[in-house]
Amino acid sequence: MIYDVVILGGGPAGLAAAAEAKKQGAENVLILERDRELGGILNQCIHNGFGLHTFNEELTGPEYAERHINEIVELGIPYLLNTMVLDMVEHGDLKVIHVINENDGYMAIESKAVILTMGCRERTSGAIGIPGYRPSGVFTAGTAQRFINMEGYMCGKEVVILGSGDIGLIMARRMTLEGAHVQAVCELMPYSNGLVRNIVQCLDDYDIPLKLSQTITFIHGKDRVEGVTIAKVDERLKAIPGTEEFIPCDTLLLSVGLIPENEITRHAGVEMDPRTSGSVVGELRQTSMPGVFACGNVVHVHDLVDFVSQEAVLAGKGAAKYLKGQLNADVDFTTVNGDGIGYVVPQKVAIKNVDDSVTFYMRVRQVFKDKVVNAYIGDTIIATKKEKKFLPAEMVNFKITKDILAEYPSGEIRFVVEEAKK
Amino acid sequence: MKKNMTCIVCPVGCQMTVEEKNDGTYDVTGNTCKRGPKYAVAEMTNPTRVVPTTVVIKNAMLPRLPVKTAQPIPKGQIFDAMAVINQVVVQAPVKTGDVVLKNLLGLGIDVVATRTMNKF
Ligand SMILES: Cc1cc2nc3c(=O)[nH]c(=O)nc-3n(C[C@H](O)[C@H](O)[C@H](O)COP(=O)(O)OP(=O)(O)OC[C@H]3O[C@@H](n4cnc5c(N)ncnc54)[C@H](O)[C@@H]3O)c2cc1C
Ligand code: SF4
Repeated sequence: MIYDVVILGGGPAGLAAAAEAKKQGAENVLILERDRELGGILNQCIHNGFGLHTFNEELTGPEYAERHINEIVELGIPYLLNTMVLDMVEHGDLKVIHVINENDGYMAIESKAVILTMGCRERTSGAIGIPGYRPSGVFTAGTAQRFINMEGYMCGKEVVILGSGDIGLIMARRMTLEGAHVQAVCELMPYSNGLVRNIVQCLDDYDIPLKLSQTITFIHGKDRVEGVTIAKVDERLKAIPGTEEFIPCDTLLLSVGLIPENEITRHAGVEMDPRTSGSVVGELRQTSMPGVFACGNVVHVHDLVDFVSQEAVLAGKGAAKYLKGQLNADVDFTTVNGDGIGYVVPQKVAIKNVDDSVTFYMRVRQVFKDKVVNAYIGDTIIATKKEKKFLPAEMVNFKITKDILAEYPSGEIRFVVEEAKK
Repeated sequence: MKKNMTCIVCPVGCQMTVEEKNDGTYDVTGNTCKRGPKYAVAEMTNPTRVVPTTVVIKNAMLPRLPVKTAQPIPKGQIFDAMAVINQVVVQAPVKTGDVVLKNLLGLGIDVVATRTMNKF
């Protein structure tokens, strides 16, 4: 059997993309998921604050996932669990997906279109190289989240957290509620990488100090963590001698960033963007390989699941259009990140595929107050996004209407942080 | 009494200062819009939070079931609530929204399941 669309990963991105592709006319849709259930990382995110944009209520992660899973069941979309995707290769017009699972062993699945939704994984301590032995008691924040919230295994009593990403902040509160004492959250940068709301509700509420411009210079203990040495850092992020402080603890959580999970994508030969560590995508999340789409954290790390769902709807639409032979392959516009902007997604736009607007997602490189983001084509400002404050932790979404874009035949859209014009 | 707080009603996150006056009303500064003082006064008089946590579940695929308070509870009672919720043991199957603990701490607020878990 040849599938119309196969979805690699059953997290929120995969679920919403599958549902949309089916609703837009794709008949044989299949979801492949390596875990024992659908829902992705949301199953371990038991806190509330999901879906404010999508459902207009504040849901917990599992509740948000369940709504999408129910939709998959109602639409009658099949899925395979405990099924690991190993590889995807192009074979003529088809894509061949190599998978392995306990029941069927090894299988090669053929499909006309593929949507990549493998999400991201956490950076580990090895990746940032803190000196010291490698005692037990060092966890990534996401691993601790899974242990505590799903397995019921409490992983420590005296805790220090390195990195102020949202998962670290959420875990500071979670461990405090379960009776642990969180000594501090250390952040290398002079600002937090987490959402303001999480800093207030997870740290301030429980008097947990956030130590900005500080890092861990040594992990003490041979068998189990016995403490960490922290130090202040200078502007070049180097530890300042003489500022060291020892904090006794039995557990160290690392919340030092996420990386899109793109081994399969790279191996398939899909064009990548070094700025996002994800694939280069168009307005309907099409990649450089015809019939292959990508959305969610595998494209760029999102802070809110709502935007993941929105992006997934685009990919589902794109795949359905591709199957009908209606996906335009032109590249009318490319996007570039100018001053103050770290990356922009999508990187390409084919105007014929756009309904009424394109939303560009981007991240600023540092905190900006009283500034605007301007979109330029040549020397002309075509649109402006105003915000009282731009934070690296909060993805900027910048909508530009088709009417504005249609005034230009083609070109490079450059996004720049600038002074607001009076 | 003076208190510094960050408004979390919108992403701007204004740094506000709240001061209680002799007549029991509050003076709020640092906000950019009207929603700031409203949040600040609620935080000073009766701050509440939804508490998401887990309870023990038997005969399910996993040993823990995620739950939450159906409504926000007073912030000062969060640890008392945790102590009670941690005593709860439920049996699979459970559906999202099922009440796992009624009338938490006599607040008239239930604790409900936030996912469905079948018998395993
Ligand atoms: C630990 C952690 C905690 C987070 N906490 C929050 C939070 O509190 N709030 C928030 O808004 N966002 C949070 N996020 C961000 C969150 O990941 C996104 O909002 C959203 O879940 C991303 O959806 P996704 O479908 O792109 O990825 P995921 O949810 O990660 O789903 C990807 C799915 O693909 C599967 N998969 C990957 N590779 C393969 C393969 N080779 N074969 C088969 N299946 C595969 C995975 O098992 C997974 O189920 C968190 C992220 C992480 C990593
Ligand atoms: S005071 Fe108004 S502008 Fe400032 S954070 Fe609160 S809601 Fe936003």
